[in-house]
Amino acid sequence: MTPLLSVQGVTKRYGAHIGCADVSFDLYPGEVMGIVGESGSGKSTLLNCLAGHLAPDAGRVIFDTRADGPRDTVTMSEPERRMLGRTDWAFVHQHARDGLRMGVSAGGNVGERLMAVGDRHYGNIRDKAIDWLERVEIAPGRIDDRPTTFSGGMQQRLQIARNLVTGPRLVFMDEPTGGLDVSVQARLLDLLRGLVRDMGLSAIIVTHDLAVVRLLADRLMVMKSGHVVEAGLTDQVLDDPQHAYTQLLVSSVLQV
Amino acid sequence: MTDQAYNFAYLDEQTKRMIRHAILKGLAIPGYQVPFASREMPMPYGWGTGGVQVSAAVLTPDDRFKVIDQGADDTTNAVSIRSFFERTAGVATTTATAEATVIQTRHRIPEVPLSEGQILVYQVPIPEPLRFLEPRESETRKMHSLEEYGLMHVKLYEDISRHGHIATSYAYPVKVEGRYVMDPSPIPKFDNPKLGDCAAIQLFGAGREQRIYALPPYSKVVSLDFEDHPFEASKADHPCGLCGSVDSYLDEVITDDAGGRMFVCSDTDYCETRQAQGHRGKDAA
Ligand SMILES: Nc1ncnc2c1ncn2[C@@H]1O[C@H](COP(=O)(O)OP(=O)(O)OP(=O)(O)O)[C@@H](O)[C@H]1O
Ligand SMILES: [Mg+2]
Ligand SMILES: [Zn+2]
Repeated sequence: MTPLLSVQGVTKRYGAHIGCADVSFDLYPGEVMGIVGESGSGKSTLLNCLAGHLAPDAGRVIFDTRADGPRDTVTMSEPERRMLGRTDWAFVHQHARDGLRMGVSAGGNVGERLMAVGDRHYGNIRDKAIDWLERVEIAPGRIDDRPTTFSGGMQQRLQIARNLVTGPRLVFMDEPTGGLDVSVQARLLDLLRGLVRDMGLSAIIVTHDLAVVRLLADRLMVMKSGHVVEAGLTDQVLDDPQHAYTQLLVSSVLQV
Repeated sequence: MTDQAYNFAYLDEQTKRMIRHAILKGLAIPGYQVPFASREMPMPYGWGTGGVQVSAAVLTPDDRFKVIDQGADDTTNAVSIRSFFERTAGVATTTATAEATVIQTRHRIPEVPLSEGQILVYQVPIPEPLRFLEPRESETRKMHSLEEYGLMHVKLYEDISRHGHIATSYAYPVKVEGRYVMDPSPIPKFDNPKLGDCAAIQLFGAGREQRIYALPPYSKVVSLDFEDHPFEASKADHPCGLCGSVDSYLDEVITDDAGGRMFVCSDTDYCETRQAQGHRGKDAA
């Protein structure tokens, strides 16, 4: 089987400082990959390189496109990359305000990607927005309200709806539950797990919360100082960590 | 009488060349916003310094110049700009649309169809149609260059969701020659159909924002809309009270202290010409 995403030797430096170094892995359709590691270990840097928001200094990021099969997204043209960004890829930011248009209604937020790919029928756009609000458990009656009137958890669910409405094949998430109350986190995780299963989504989830990867990720990569120090099936890595750093990470969580 | 303290039409020749260069580039790429080094003009920005600079760059001594402000030739703004060019360029002026070779306008397109050889110069306050939803200039520039215009429809979507119909009635966005989305300046959407397939050259100048853009004659100009909410060039559903016209864009004016009101043509030259031809509306004296 062709990997949906094949990451080969991705390196990103900030001046002399290492963001992430020589990261390689394959992600197959329907798989969820978790990336964990302490603050500053390079998780966001790596994710942004994979999603085309940052240009890596070295390495290849091969995505299996619908039209032309595997293509290196690092070297493809910017219009092509941005097109992927609004169709086959989705990006869920930690802070909903980075991923939503706060001055636009919930319906407009969900509808934007539809309009971006050429939907010009107001009734259709509205119906799809209502459907997606329901799928992320937001009352359809809130469709004309702005996200500023939503709670943090609702904003995050709206961001997810806005991203998934065009049926992307690969979802990038950077700390999607960060900054939310624990009970709100649990509900969001439940929802994400349901959506990933129902839609057969492939996803890469960055988090420092091992409970999140335990629940969502099939596979896990552990990062430290920009390098991947351990990778494997999630349960294996968490239950039988091999690298000393992973052992520390796992034990520190268990003590909480 | 040309005031000899100034070069013809106030601006120096080098500045005019720079502006003409921007105009030619704009004409070559219809609807594309060309940056230009806007100069200080001896009037406030709100008075259309972008339009004034464009007019200064295209006027020749043989031109006949007309200025309208919301359709009228006699507002303070229109009178000031007209006398500015009478003084600095010594050009002839007129209020008759058909006789003018260069028309500077704020907020209207004349009712009488323009003809080949005429130039219509618009005063533009905000040239960027995407600004409303995307304030970052770096991002809007990228959206134009990559033709990413979904956001324009988000604006119209918001309109319908809030008002039940597209309530945008001024500065209604258009797509030019199937490529660039353009703000036609705050003309009423009633005027939008006149933008396309127009015999005259249309030039747009934004002074504070330092942008010039253009529509060459007979450009294809389409007002954005949805399949189930098509564009409509609406106006008040009345005949003109003075000349009886049923086709022109109307202003509602208060006529007395008792709250009396009537609808009259916003294009004063059009209305007066019709009255001179003997047309009468129900409120005509
Ligand atoms: N724009 C930048 N300029 C310079 N250095 C940066 C920049 N962004 C990140 N870094 C550095 O690169 C390293 C990796 O940062 P990154 O943000 O990828 O870590 P992270 O694992 O996502 O951390 P966190 O969990 O705090 O979000 C850190 O040392 C960081 O200080
Ligand atoms: Mg991070
Ligand atoms: Zn009239």
